[in-house]
Formats: sequence, structure tokens, C-alpha cells
Amino acid sequence: MAKPTASPVRTGLVHLALIIYTLIALFPVFLTVINSFKDRSSIFRDPLGLPTPSTFSLIGYQTVLGQGDFVLYFQNSFIVTGVSIFFVLLFGAMAAFALSEYRFRGNTLMGLYLALGIMIPIRLGTVAILQGMVAAGLVNTLTALILVYTAQGLPLAVFILTEFMQTVSDDLKNAGRIDGLSEYSIFFRLVLPLVRPAMATVAVFTMIPIWNDLWFPLILAPSDATKTVTLGSQVFIGQFVTNWNAVLAALTLAIVPVLVLYLIFSRQLIRGITSGAVK
Amino acid sequence: MKACGPVNQLIYEFESRNGNKTLGSLKIENIRKSFGQVDVLKGIDLEVKDGEFVIFVGPSGCGKSTLLRVIAGLEDATSGDILIDGKKVNNTPPAKRGIAMVFQTYALYPHLSVRDNMGLGLKQAGKPAYEIKERIGIASNMLSLGDYLERRPAELSGGQRQRVAIGRAIVREPQLFLFDEPLSNLDAALRVNTRIEIARLHRQLKATMIYVTHDQVEAMTLADKIVVLNRGRIEQVGSPMALYNSPQTVFVAGFIGSPQMNLIDATKLGQSGAKTIGIRPEHIQVSKTSGEWKGSVIHVEHLGADTIIYLQTDFGPLTVRLFGEHNYDVDGVLYATPDAGRTYRFDNEGQVIKA
Repeated sequence: MAKPTASPVRTGLVHLALIIYTLIALFPVFLTVINSFKDRSSIFRDPLGLPTPSTFSLIGYQTVLGQGDFVLYFQNSFIVTGVSIFFVLLFGAMAAFALSEYRFRGNTLMGLYLALGIMIPIRLGTVAILQGMVAAGLVNTLTALILVYTAQGLPLAVFILTEFMQTVSDDLKNAGRIDGLSEYSIFFRLVLPLVRPAMATVAVFTMIPIWNDLWFPLILAPSDATKTVTLGSQVFIGQFVTNWNAVLAALTLAIVPVLVLYLIFSRQLIRGITSGAVK
Repeated sequence: MKACGPVNQLIYEFESRNGNKTLGSLKIENIRKSFGQVDVLKGIDLEVKDGEFVIFVGPSGCGKSTLLRVIAGLEDATSGDILIDGKKVNNTPPAKRGIAMVFQTYALYPHLSVRDNMGLGLKQAGKPAYEIKERIGIASNMLSLGDYLERRPAELSGGQRQRVAIGRAIVREPQLFLFDEPLSNLDAALRVNTRIEIARLHRQLKATMIYVTHDQVEAMTLADKIVVLNRGRIEQVGSPMALYNSPQTVFVAGFIGSPQMNLIDATKLGQSGAKTIGIRPEHIQVSKTSGEWKGSVIHVEHLGADTIIYLQTDFGPLTVRLFGEHNYDVDGVLYATPDAGRTYRFDNEGQVIKA
């Protein structure tokens, strides 16, 4: 039996709604990208026009890359985002495993406590964090950013991963125990591969706010050696003059790594679904 | 799968190499298990001899799976002792107890091939590669899994997955095999085949096996000894026929046998000295003209070999099982007569009253 198909009108309307949403979501990105390839006057004269041979210009990219520091800024952003994601996934998954696997006193309370961070924005504690970092001598280091972002990402990671880990079959973990795997092996070799889709979801949710963040780099690590891309782009936005070519070029470049990481993780999302451990 | 020449040879090697190692006795002494306020096991004593096939059977929530997990070491008992081969293993981790377990959901490692699934436990135990290979060879031959060794579990059918799970248990050459409802995820035809296969394995390996199921047919067909559990206590231990022919309690009488034994309130039958009268459906004869109990036919089930008749009588419903084909009209009147000496009498505590 084929499953009943919805009427073409209905499917058409659903697609129309989704297409409109996609267009709205992509429009600012599209504007940023096309304008980054135009010269300054045509950006203002015809902001919606595609670059033509007469208006095409790479001046923005030349400015950005000519500044030299931008390679370093990219590197900083990569290090901060990458290391933070790694720690968020590692510690988040470990906490989630403990919460879902072991029965102990205060289990639920601990879970709620760890999830509390979802509701309270970490920026409320900026002053205290800054004081702490100053006291610890971590101001203007990437470590400071990594610590803050790890703390920021953990609550959601623990929350999502706990739910997923509860779906991993107990029998599988017990089979591992009977085969002599240690609890660490069970975690790393049996459970983690099975919750990979959830890990990818968490990675995407964690990555984007970190990569785009301006607040903490500005406050904790504004030195030239530790600037991230988002902070670095700000040099082109002046109080009186803004170098739009350079800003748009920098933003376009900043989109690329996120896009690549997203594609990697979304492939993981699909691959994780196709495993067949348990009937 | 037939046991042909080379396979017999392999089994011979398997047995001779292990000597007595595959044999293991189990002793359970006053095991109690509580989860918080809830007592799941309320003092279990049991002895299992070398090479016995013991089945734990009981309704859902009777504690049979918990007991198996306690034996495996996956749960700690609240109190009591577990002895495998005479040695106390209360504080021994599962991997060191000399056990292997087959799970209801197969619990194969999804990212490993069949070969690695079977070999993981041995690898963890630090066995040399040639021995692991040899043992996997023997087990996969016994279970006809030779062609599938490089496949992933996702590429196997349900029956093949269950065979891999059994193979993973065999390669460990355990003293004790533990089966946790291994057939309940298989379809009916496959269930019968796998049941025969498990029975054959038990004869070949001569290993001690403990098997948990809620299906009394599996219990009756496979077991040397059945342990009937109810609400965390052992109701009765005995061979399948002992349980069928002389149930010690009302619970066992009702649980073993299909269709269920008729359990009739003794006062309604006008009998004194007992609370409940039990009579199996197959031990009742019917007649259209005369008999001890009068009833009207509610429903008739034709199973080919059997005909099952549901009667409504003055003292409640009565099930009758007749062999062969019989035609009776619904709403017609029938007289039922129990076979002499085949009724059971139970007292107020549900214990059988010896005649």
C-alpha cells in the first residue's frame, strides 16, 4: 500500500511557505555577498544590483587581506571555536552519560542545576567574569574565551545529550560490561558513536553563537594578537567613516568556515541515523 | 542446520579444549533486591547443577530479569550470595564471572563487523589473535554464520542477528550462559527454529544455561528445570512435567498449561475443605445429554488439532479443550464432566491440598 498522498495544492502551499522563508533568511547573506564584490559607489547607488563588469571590484578583499592581521584573526576564531566545541561536547557528553546511566542521590537535582544555564544568559555575569579573568591573569588570552564559551555551551549540551543517551539501549551497555569493557570504553566506544547525530546538533548550536560573538572578545581579549574575526571586522567600522567594502568582504569570508563546518556536521547528522544496533 | 562431520569435529575440539571449564554450577543464597522502597526479589534460594538448562518463567514484573541481572553482576543484590562453580562472586565484575549473556534486543555493537562483535570480549581479555580467530571459526560454523563475518549488524536479518548474539556468547566459552528473553523479538516461525537451535546447542556444549522468558511454551519445551517466579518469590521449581502434573500452588497451576487451568470457587461447587478447585481444559469431557456441570456455549475455537469450547455455567466460565474437530452450536447446552483424579484442590493460601 502506498501511503496516501496529499493533494498537490496542499503540497504546493507548504513548499511555497518554505521557499518564502528560505528567501527571507538568505536575503541578508545574499546582499552581503554581492555587495562585497562591488566598488564603493555602486554599493550605495544600487545596493540590490548584482556586480557587473563595470562595478565589479575586489577592493574590499584587498583591503581585508592586505591588513595582514586577518589571517591571525581567522586563526584565533578557529582555535576558540574549535577548542570550545571540543570541550563542550566532551564534558557535556560525559555529564549526560553520568546523569542518564547512573542512579545516585540528587541525580534529578544535578540535572536541573546543570540545565539552569540555559535560562540565565552568561553575559549577566560579565563583570564578575572579567574580574575573575583579571585576577587569574587570563585577560587578552584565547584561554579566557575558551573557558567562557565552554561554560556557555555546556548547559544546552548536557540537556540535549542526556535525553539522547537515555535512548541508547541498556542491553548494549550491559553487553559491553559482560565483554569486559570499562565504563570509559563503554562511553567512548559504544555510546558516543550512537549519539553522534545529537552531538552534531549540539556542535552546530554551540558553534554559531561562538563564531559570531562580539561581546566577550571585545571585553576579555581585545588585544591585536587575540582578536577574533568578528572583532577584527570592527576596525573598518569607524565613528565617522565606514569602509563598507572591507566590512562586507570580511563578513563574507567569515561565513565560509561556518558553512564548511555546518556541512561536515550535517553529514554526520544523516550518517548517525542509519546505524542499526537494536531492533 | 544439521550437525555434519566437520562441525562435529569442531565441537569435539571445542569440548576437549575446555575440559570441564564450560561446566559450571550456580548457587543462589537468600538473594534480596530492592529499588528504593520496592522489593523486587524477596529472598531467592536456588541451586543449579552443572550442565542444567534452567528456565525462569513468570509474569511481567515478577523479578525474573532482575534475578538474571544479579547473577550476571549487572545489578548488585541488596543482600545474599551468588556462587558460581562454588566461588562467591558477589564482588566480581561481570566480565570475570565466567558468564556470557544473550539479550532480548541482541545488543550487537552496531559499528563493528560480526567478527569483531564476537571477538571483542576475547580481545578485552587479552587472548592471542590466533585463538580468537579459531574460536570465532568454531562458533560461526556451529551457527552457519561463516558467510556473514565481515558484515555489520545492520546488514543482517533479525534471526541472523540473534545467532550472532548467541555466537558472541559461545566464543567466550563461559561456565554459565544467560539468556534474557532471546526469542521475543523474533517472528513466530523463526522463534521455533531458534528454539530448536538453542536446545541443540545445549546438548552439544553441555553447558549450564539459564534462560528467562515469559512464554510458558518456551519454558516447557526447553527446560530441564523450570523456576516459576511470582512477585519476587519462587513459587515452584521442577521439571516441566512435574509442574504440569503436580502444581504446588494456584499460581503455578494457572500459569503452566495453555489454555489456562479452570480455577473454580469451591463453595460454588458445593465442595468443602478447599478454597479453589482446579481442572485443566483438556481433562474435561462434554456431552449433549448428560454430565456433572451444565453450561451454555459462548464461543468455539477450531484450531484443527484441537477444539476449544468456552462455556458459561452456574459457577462461572469454563474452558474445555477437545482433541480433533467437533461441532457445537453457540448458545447450545452442553454438559461437562471432569476426568476422575485429574482435579486439584487448593486451600486458602493457594497451596495444593494433597489428596
